Amino acid sequence: MKLVTAIIKPHQLGDVKDALEAFGVNGMTVSEASGYGRQRGHSEVYRGAEYTVDFVPKLRLEVLVEDIDATSVVDVILKAAQTGRIGDGKIWVVPVEDVARVRTGEHGAAAL
Amino acid sequence: MTTLVTATGEPKIDYAATAYMIICASLVLLMTVPGLALFYGGLNRVKTVLNMMMMSFGAFGLVGIIYVIYGYSMSFGPNDIGGIFANPFDKLGLHDTSHIVNIFHFNGYGGIPELVFVGFQLTFAAITVALISGAIADRVKFSTWMVFSGLWVTLSYFTIAHMVWGGGLLSANANGLSAKIFGAANGVAKVVPIDFAGGTVVHINAGMAALVLVLVIGKRVGFGKVAMRPHNVPVVMLGAGLLWFGWFGFNAGSELAPDTTAALVWINTTVATCAAMLGWLVVEKLRDGHATSVGAASGIVAGLVAITPACGALSPIGSIVLGAVAGGLSAMAVGLKFRFGYDDSLDVVGVHLVSGLWGTIGAGLLATSTGLFYGKGGKQLVIQVVIALSSVIISGVVTLVLGLALKKTMGWRISRDDELVGIDQTEHAESGYDLAEREGRLGAASLGLHAGAMRHEEITDAYETNGASA
Repeated sequence: MKLVTAIIKPHQLGDVKDALEAFGVNGMTVSEASGYGRQRGHSEVYRGAEYTVDFVPKLRLEVLVEDIDATSVVDVILKAAQTGRIGDGKIWVVPVEDVARVRTGEHGAAAL
Repeated sequence: MTTLVTATGEPKIDYAATAYMIICASLVLLMTVPGLALFYGGLNRVKTVLNMMMMSFGAFGLVGIIYVIYGYSMSFGPNDIGGIFANPFDKLGLHDTSHIVNIFHFNGYGGIPELVFVGFQLTFAAITVALISGAIADRVKFSTWMVFSGLWVTLSYFTIAHMVWGGGLLSANANGLSAKIFGAANGVAKVVPIDFAGGTVVHINAGMAALVLVLVIGKRVGFGKVAMRPHNVPVVMLGAGLLWFGWFGFNAGSELAPDTTAALVWINTTVATCAAMLGWLVVEKLRDGHATSVGAASGIVAGLVAITPACGALSPIGSIVLGAVAGGLSAMAVGLKFRFGYDDSLDVVGVHLVSGLWGTIGAGLLATSTGLFYGKGGKQLVIQVVIALSSVIISGVVTLVLGLALKKTMGWRISRDDELVGIDQTEHAESGYDLAEREGRLGAASLGLHAGAMRHEEITDAYETNGASA
């Protein structure tokens, strides 16, 4: 099994979720994240004082998949999340030793 | 108009004015709790919002009580002492207040119960103290703030309120400064100082106290380096809106009757505030490139401050001019703290002192019947400068003495570590928001354990026992 983690622009989430559902992914976890890569932060002005905000709000999307699906899932996310502009995010894949479903106690692929 | 009197010659109660004043007093209360508390709270960082709001709530609680005990008597009591304050014992605890008073002896009105006037003035004293708190955000002990509130309201607020409104040195009294400078006729100064609703008493007084206190107390950890930006701008705008709404009670209520002057005051208060908001935004757009929400909220407050002393004396057009200048001036003044390195955290100096001074002095220029711009000579302007500077000096000296005395005794600052963690947690043991649910467990105190029994296992056991039955 693999864990696919994608950092995406918040407003791309809807497209990515729809694309993953269409592909057959049953579930995912999304959390708010902030960070920067090539897209740096922005500046804000309060009462004339300028503040630089280095970290940009992003979403972290995590999907557990079977080994065979990993490459395709990355492609699906890539297509759906891509705007072509700086700050589109990153996707990476890591191997997962085991997965357990809390409700039933199932392990491995059955728990996906 | 004829004076309403009863057969015995006692002034008759004016029910319209009484109802009006009870509503106005309640509106001024709304300005502080929650208006000012929200305005200041939103401007603070997320870890200090509650302390900021508590400084307003706490000050209101204490000043409300002090006002009833001796504050009213000290401000408006019948026996003036040296033009500085009135005997605080005459109406101690509000004994001996009248059923009906005609405070300023206006023609054409009956009276209102003296207690209504007390209530109205009580809310003024409270907000004046609360205004100061914005300058010293995030870093002072709540206990020291409360002690300061009680002492400051006594020595700086009650005295200036008496001097300006209670017939003291800065009033039109024949023994006042104005009468000494330009003479008096029939026991009233020829040039009547203009402070309709509290430019000197409230805003210059609080703004000057803020400036002195930040110099005594010092900067926040990281001031000028770390981003200390507002954590909740919609709350700032909500607070500014409530301040504006409540301010109608403050200004129009200061007429003490719902009459033609009150109507003028309402209009003047509105247009000056509109103009100040736009004035602030224009300065921002030209200087920073963006018209901001916090700028709009701040401009509103600057305009309200400036029109406060002048609202009964100006025309609506004059009020627009006064307000626009106030918004522009304060927008430029808030940057001074970075240039001079004083941490007036929420710009009480830039907004209240600067616009308070401008409004008070501007009344000498723009007053329709006595102002310089209306060709009425410069005497009013001179008197306006005199009362403004008097307030600066009195507030400055009183605050310096109190600030230093408390620094030497109780101490003002929380520890550097506590400041970094956030004063909400360290002073109040609370956090403002629980957006991402973090359940946690009940502490030992809530489970009936004594403080020494804080061992993890014991807490766990107690939690399981109590939690199961809950």
